[in-house]
Amino acid sequence: MPADIDIERVAHLARIALTDDERALYGEQLAHIIEHAERVQALPTEGVEPTSHPLPMVNAFRPDVVTESLRREDALAGAPDTQNGYYRVPKILDES
Amino acid sequence: MTDLADLTIAQAGSGLRSGEFTAVDLLAAVERRAAVTEAHLHAYLTLDRSGARTAAEAADAALATGDPRPLLGIPIALKDNMVTRGVETTASSQILAGWKPPYDGTAAIRLKEAGAVIVGKTNLDEFAMGSSTENSAYGPTRNPWNTNTVPGGSSGGSAAAVAVGSALGAFGSDTGGSIRQPASLTGTVGAKPTYGLVSRYGLIAFASSLDQIGPIARTVPDAAALLEAVVGWDPMDATSYNGDLPAIAKSLDTGVAGLRIGVVTELSGEGIDPEVLEATMRIVDQLSNAGADVVEISLPAIEYALSAYYLIAPAECSANLARFDGVRYGLRVDGATTEEMMAKTRAEGFGPEVTRRILLGTYALSAGYYDAFYGQAQRVRTLLRNDFASAYGRVDVLVSPTSPTTAFEVGAKTADPLTMYFADICTIATNLAGDPAISVPIGLDDAGLPIGFQIMAPALGEEVMFRVAAEVERLAAFTERPRLATSKVVAP
Repeated sequence: MPADIDIERVAHLARIALTDDERALYGEQLAHIIEHAERVQALPTEGVEPTSHPLPMVNAFRPDVVTESLRREDALAGAPDTQNGYYRVPKILDES
Repeated sequence: MTDLADLTIAQAGSGLRSGEFTAVDLLAAVERRAAVTEAHLHAYLTLDRSGARTAAEAADAALATGDPRPLLGIPIALKDNMVTRGVETTASSQILAGWKPPYDGTAAIRLKEAGAVIVGKTNLDEFAMGSSTENSAYGPTRNPWNTNTVPGGSSGGSAAAVAVGSALGAFGSDTGGSIRQPASLTGTVGAKPTYGLVSRYGLIAFASSLDQIGPIARTVPDAAALLEAVVGWDPMDATSYNGDLPAIAKSLDTGVAGLRIGVVTELSGEGIDPEVLEATMRIVDQLSNAGADVVEISLPAIEYALSAYYLIAPAECSANLARFDGVRYGLRVDGATTEEMMAKTRAEGFGPEVTRRILLGTYALSAGYYDAFYGQAQRVRTLLRNDFASAYGRVDVLVSPTSPTTAFEVGAKTADPLTMYFADICTIATNLAGDPAISVPIGLDDAGLPIGFQIMAPALGEEVMFRVAAEVERLAAFTERPRLATSKVVAP
């Protein structure tokens, strides 16, 4: 499969605003890296189960005990903008 | 008299307990060493002087009561992707500049409970993505053996600090070799434990199915002591291992007689620097003379490990780093809408390598490519695990060089990302398999730069891995120190 990367779409999905120069540079570099990574397709893997995690674990449980949680002021302390105990962000919907 | 900054953890522990010196003395020696070396190395991003002082005084009070904990009063450093309550934690990224976490990660909690003195936070490649510590938003770390060369990465700050004595031990994280490769390039011991053995709670996530915290130290017994302090089940990490723990330090003095050792064919030929290979094979011969049964073992799928890694790690990173969006912590660049604010914040806050990997991972996970890339890489991961499983049916441990070369020059591999990725060719497979591996220094090349020897073991095989590592350390008798650690007067 040739690496035909729609870098503008990928950057949008990743929520990273790129300049024209960056789009050109990353587009070229990604194509180069993908070309190498594509080597994995050379291995026959029919019937091979994918490994998503190295330990064969299912359902990690912990005791259901009430513990102290992060205080609101601590959780908000590192935020760029807050109001009345909440995170504050610019408008989300286009209509005003 | 020996400068206290040159002691091993074991030596310092016995000196503290016999009352030869105090934890405050020891901390002062380490901070003096940092004062002399930091201008040349930049191993640290933050020195927590007041926190360290308080911990050292508390350690002295405990020592006075005969408290026997092995890390009590020992100055150690933490990689800056390990969160520490109230102490700036940036993962070397601009996007987290100034962030003071409201909590401690599990490893930091356990080290504090063990009485260790946390000296500061060390430099890394941004979000642990890199093999040279050049990808730090706050400037690179240099190798104390030759400051024109890199210390490896991504845990290059931790490795350089230990090599030079501005910490007696340190912790890093290893996703594709980020503890072992810098240990190799700085002449220190670095271990990546079995996946799940050390809690990842409070480790800023890069690739969650690969990331693992581990120790860097001057000696194998020191590395074992550091690791023992942080292992064990943690309800805060759902991938934490909940079974019997390996007896990490039990067999350090046992030797290798009767053990079966496999030399990995694919990692002992083409692509490995001849001097590195020669030094590796010399140790293999010595292990054989010491009574080990040495055979050659082929792991065919290892040829595809790097390709699989550079699909899996970026895919997981693109998901994990979605949390840096200018809302809850760190940098925000204003925008008319929330989406514009996020896109501008992430463009400004992430460096080039992190941006590259997020884009790569986003692409590999996007509709139409998921199965061909991510799915296929996960199936290759299974084949690799099968190769390892079959090898460990025949041998107790596998060995190879840790890094294909010794330290390379600053700037030598920054122009082409793929060239840098090949620096991890010997270390990546064990991350994909989830197995433990350790690097032990075995000598210097003609340029005076350290060479590391890698020992890999099956999952939870830390006891046999440290047993072989201790023997390699005895056989190599590597006692040299970097010039920066030994010079009394250091020219600027």
